[in-house]
Amino acid sequence: MSEIFKGMKPSRRNFLKGAAASGAALVGGTNAAKAAGDPAILEKQPWAQFLGAGVDEAPYGVPSKFEAHVRRQNVPWLTADPVSSINFTPLHELDGIITPNGLCFERHHAGVAEVDPSAYRLMINGLVDRPLVFTMQDLMRFPRENHVYFLECAANTGMEWAGAQLNGCQFTHGMIHNVMYTGIPLRLILQEAGVKTAGKWLLPEGADASGMTRSIPMEKAMDDCLVAFKMNGEALRPEQGYPVRLVVPGWEGNMWVKWLRRIEVGDQPWHHREETSKYTDLLANGQARRFTWEMDAKSVITSPSPQMPITHGPGPVVMTGVAWSGRGTIPRVDVTIDGGMNWHEARISGPSLNKSMHRFYYEFDWDGKPLLLQSRAHDSTGYVQPTKEQLRSVRGENSIYHNNGIQTWAVDAEGVAENVEIS
Amino acid sequence: MSRSLKFLAPISAAIIIAAPVLAQQTLGLGRDALPDEIAAWDIDIRPDGLGLPAGSGDVWTGEEVFVDKCASCHGDFGEGTGRWPVLAGGAGTLSNADPVKTIGSYWPYLSTVYDYVNRAMPFGEAQSLEPDEIYAITAYLLYMNDLVDDDFTLSDENFLDVEMPNAGSFYMDDRAETELLIFATVPCMENCKDSVEITMHASVLDVTPDVADEEEAVVEEAAAEPAEAPTVALDPVLVGAGEGAFRQCKACHQLGEGATNRTGPVLNGMIGRSVGSVDGFRYSGVFHEAAQAGEVWTQESLAAFLADPRGTMSGTKMSFRGVRDAAEIEALIAYIQSFDG
Repeated sequence: MSEIFKGMKPSRRNFLKGAAASGAALVGGTNAAKAAGDPAILEKQPWAQFLGAGVDEAPYGVPSKFEAHVRRQNVPWLTADPVSSINFTPLHELDGIITPNGLCFERHHAGVAEVDPSAYRLMINGLVDRPLVFTMQDLMRFPRENHVYFLECAANTGMEWAGAQLNGCQFTHGMIHNVMYTGIPLRLILQEAGVKTAGKWLLPEGADASGMTRSIPMEKAMDDCLVAFKMNGEALRPEQGYPVRLVVPGWEGNMWVKWLRRIEVGDQPWHHREETSKYTDLLANGQARRFTWEMDAKSVITSPSPQMPITHGPGPVVMTGVAWSGRGTIPRVDVTIDGGMNWHEARISGPSLNKSMHRFYYEFDWDGKPLLLQSRAHDSTGYVQPTKEQLRSVRGENSIYHNNGIQTWAVDAEGVAENVEIS
Repeated sequence: MSRSLKFLAPISAAIIIAAPVLAQQTLGLGRDALPDEIAAWDIDIRPDGLGLPAGSGDVWTGEEVFVDKCASCHGDFGEGTGRWPVLAGGAGTLSNADPVKTIGSYWPYLSTVYDYVNRAMPFGEAQSLEPDEIYAITAYLLYMNDLVDDDFTLSDENFLDVEMPNAGSFYMDDRAETELLIFATVPCMENCKDSVEITMHASVLDVTPDVADEEEAVVEEAAAEPAEAPTVALDPVLVGAGEGAFRQCKACHQLGEGATNRTGPVLNGMIGRSVGSVDGFRYSGVFHEAAQAGEVWTQESLAAFLADPRGTMSGTKMSFRGVRDAAEIEALIAYIQSFDG
């Protein structure tokens, strides 16, 4: 059914196509006996009669052809050129907490660097006792750890600052992914070079043609940063920094330098382009915050949503979504179906890990009347996800980054969902 | 007693050997980075001038270099073409409804300009500029932002004298005081408001991309132009080498299925086509003249153009120095021809 919903707009045409293809009655009980037998049962299906593909048909397996619509997508008007652009994770199609590697959103500043691992070198220099160079083989001899972390671009939901713009949680919230990293604690690599007492800041640098750089304070580096080479058990994908990227848990994605080639230790920050011109938060008074590294607690309902309308009519509905915080775990998510007049505590299912996505569910019996859906995350510091109005009252409307306001989907009587803002 | 001493002796020897390793907490992995290796990669510049190389450049030289290497995306006056970044103007707009954040109006440090131009520009040909060129471009950017006069020369000696007007408008993340405590309240769960109104619909703007329509358009185009087999048998090795060499063209030109005009025109079917004839691309004057004169792209004319773009097509807005290696030109042409079908 869902392959019909390739069109991202909640258009009536797409909705009706979907409803017809689903074979489900739009109204009334769906458990009533059918007048005629179901051909899906009565007729022999080819897969039940003929032989399928043998082993090795796809030495590296790919998803079912019926899932071809599940894919990353960009918003062409957003950037000048796809070489320096972003696409979005199809959150509406996913469940659980792990993002499959091939669906993790991409953000490049000079395209994907194709780094040959045999020519890969990691250099540590600056205020260290011994400037060092490591090969991949050297890195494989350090003790390593496994951690699940979300990576969210600071610009996620940035297009929604001035009001509802894009119809689909893929586009409003899809600059995020959540995978298990295997990597070396950065402090072990720094200890190997010996950080001098004056060394308070790091400058990780990428090997791509943008030479991505960000300043990171030493406390964070010594706390939980990883020099990672695996995601979800396999080598990093090229678009995620193969062969080595930096992992900066809970902090904005731009700092997780891909194709990591060098880390310099210094006594003060560098104030490079990505931490001055970009990734600073311009407030209404013309002043700007800098070094807003942590990602605030946030959540979004992934279904129903504009790309995932309700096609089965009234009755039981599974509402689901994801929540995360750069400051800890998510002990609680509240949801509303009436635009915030009444709230209900959602059910969190799956592991609750530090600085990782959490999956929540709320099942309800839909009476077929219009709905206004929202979710509200609480994190382990006691912080509660604010409304968009609360955020704007502090920051104005000229910010781009760190928009973690509560998202609203309006669902009409036919189940079509739309991105709206409400009073 | 003697027995236990025998046992103790080797243990204490082991401790003596292990002690220095433990004190340093190192594994002994990696090797020393050599000074020339560090110099090759350590190119970063800081606001205090750390990392600035010796050199200088003036505004007028900067204009020449900028028009040559930067203007195809950023415009002759830093106004930006398409959605490429605007680099000049915007002073006094930061508290407006539509702030214009440029180097002059927003960037707090001049060192950021030098560092970024040096490490990442020109787009698609990074780290190809000499220090004097970067000083000159930086001087021209200051001039376009009304921060220096036209007789200004920027160098490593006076670099720190330049103060950026917006330097004082940045402050450290203060969310802990301004947001975290305010938002950390016990929220209402029941009867929280009397009524709810929808105040804005995303469908009013209608800016969501529609994949289905795009796919249909591509299919229709493909159906309208049935593919013809290439008339020339191309050497696959040469085509492969050309694909690698084409990387330097990719920032501006597209080839293949679904290719569209970008900063430069689509190159599909280029050999045998009239010069300056791609629909919807805004050519420079010299290409219009060639088109009117009935010139057609041949392997020979393309080779000459690639070897010296500005020498053969004087006034072209293609900011590319040309390809020196004849074998590379041959490979590039073979690769472009492989999309003639």
